[in-house]
Amino acid sequence: MLKLILNRLVLAVLTLVAVCTLVFSVTEALPGDVCTAFLGRNAQGVRLENCRADRELHKPAIERFADWGYGVVSQGDLGRSLKRNKSINKLVGNRMRNTLVLATTAALIGIPLAIFLGVLAALRRDKATDVGISTGSIFAMTLPEFVSATLLIYIFAIQLKWFPAVTTVRHNAPLEDLLPNIVLPVAVLALVMTAHILRMVRSSMIDVMASDFVQMARLKGVPYWQIVFRHALPSAMLPAVNIIALTIAWLLGGVVIIEQVFNYPGIGTLMISAIYDRDLPLVQAIALVLAAIYVGVNLLADLTSLALNPRLRTARG
Amino acid sequence: MTDSAAIENTALAASQSQSTQGRTPQKRSVQVWRSMRRSPAAMIALSILALHLIIALLAPWISPWDWTLQNGYNMLQPPSAAHWFGTDNMGRDVFSRTLMGGREALKVTLLGTLLAMLWGSLTGITLGLLGGRIDEWVMRAVDALLAIPWLLFLLLIISTIGQSGLTLVLTLGFFYGIAVIRVARGATLDFVARDFVMAARVRGESNWTIVRQELLPNVLDSLLVEGAMRWAWMLLAFSSLSFLGFGVVPPTPDWGLMIADTRGIMSIAPWATLFPALALSSLIISINLSADAFGKAMGLDRAKAPV
Repeated sequence: MLKLILNRLVLAVLTLVAVCTLVFSVTEALPGDVCTAFLGRNAQGVRLENCRADRELHKPAIERFADWGYGVVSQGDLGRSLKRNKSINKLVGNRMRNTLVLATTAALIGIPLAIFLGVLAALRRDKATDVGISTGSIFAMTLPEFVSATLLIYIFAIQLKWFPAVTTVRHNAPLEDLLPNIVLPVAVLALVMTAHILRMVRSSMIDVMASDFVQMARLKGVPYWQIVFRHALPSAMLPAVNIIALTIAWLLGGVVIIEQVFNYPGIGTLMISAIYDRDLPLVQAIALVLAAIYVGVNLLADLTSLALNPRLRTARG
Repeated sequence: MTDSAAIENTALAASQSQSTQGRTPQKRSVQVWRSMRRSPAAMIALSILALHLIIALLAPWISPWDWTLQNGYNMLQPPSAAHWFGTDNMGRDVFSRTLMGGREALKVTLLGTLLAMLWGSLTGITLGLLGGRIDEWVMRAVDALLAIPWLLFLLLIISTIGQSGLTLVLTLGFFYGIAVIRVARGATLDFVARDFVMAARVRGESNWTIVRQELLPNVLDSLLVEGAMRWAWMLLAFSSLSFLGFGVVPPTPDWGLMIADTRGIMSIAPWATLFPALALSSLIISINLSADAFGKAMGLDRAKAPV
């Protein structure tokens, strides 16, 4: 058990190192750098030289990568932004909080809702309820985030005027100023999240409800709701948990777009402007943070499935 | 010579009987089609998809107006007999632009999907067949690649190489192929241990022959459904990139770009945003519903992660 967890941890760290190396080599291999992007047409002669010298770009790539990696590991220092000339930790800090507020709220609404709807659809398989939920989920899942966001803005911000269409507060605004702004972004994110997860819960639940042990419980005369919630649901969640974690990477991309649509001061909007600016350390840092979230969620999913799996539980105790 | 060909034929027949339970392949496609015809949702989706493809092909000839024509005296007009979908903030005809707006998206994503399926499934099947250390290492790399948020990866490459159609095809094709590797490998693993693959190995067939003649016919079902799904997701990614300004270059009309350009004036001219949004959504949803029905008709359950 402990060995398994340790194994996962090592793998997670290796994945992070691989992601950083890859992002670094891609940005290095591509033509142009922060100075050419920053100076634009003036990117020649002395100005270009000075700009590069200021940012220590003349050092070999390996050395810069090693310096950066050392800073991250030894002091948790993500480096300095080349364009903004600020500490990345400060730049990322507040925006990370904002994105987490957005994502966590969406997850807190979306995941229970998805489990509820998924189970409901599975139990009413091929009946009107199921067809309604399944078709609705395809719509919600396949509509690009920017389209559903635009539609919600049109209905709730422009027609009904209930919520603001875009976020106007700054990234370091206190939480209570931020909250009225997150309703629509959370709605879009929760919609997509619910649709993805409920499909997995549904198909997994259908499998489990057809299995021998559920049949056995039925024959023994266990009450229906007890079969569903105590016997079937934990087993159905087992495969679903891992797939839910896998979709997180996909959803992280969606967060970026949703933030952009609502002009929400989160890590996604920062990422897009960092890419525009070719601000390598900032892109690198954001890639690391996002990949860390992804890897962390996957780790959490592994641990959850350990906890859900009765076989492993008995083996431990 | 004839002998080995005969053996191969029996092996092929055996491998096909594995996937089709004794029916010939032709009959199977007919059967899948029949099963799809029974579902009204599938038929509606397929018709919408067909309509989109036809419009995309014929758009330059059926557009009532020049889609790039700007008219300063005719800005932000609501839908009328002359301009069915109204005009946008530059006085351009939204109907003509909506007809044209799917062409680039369909072209890029169809080619991209083809590329992704080709390299992804060949790599995946080969890995599943070879197994061992190579398989293990490549799959580790695949997992690491999937841990990068897709948008970051795409934006990074496109923002620096430039946003030509070819770049988009190659980038999307490469990135989406990574996920196909997993699916193809998974599907292959179900068959690698079966007797008919073993038989081919014992006969001394080359790996390439085994992939082509034994494995590919069997995993084709999963791959076709996967390809249809991949197409829908790629279309979503493509239009998102366009929306962010990293996709189609401005004079070319594109739904994602049109929505991005006009959503600021949505309170005065909602038609300029809503019609392209409707076109894009109906295309993506129709592909998805078709893929879903296709999978169901083939007897595959696909509730997989879009990674």
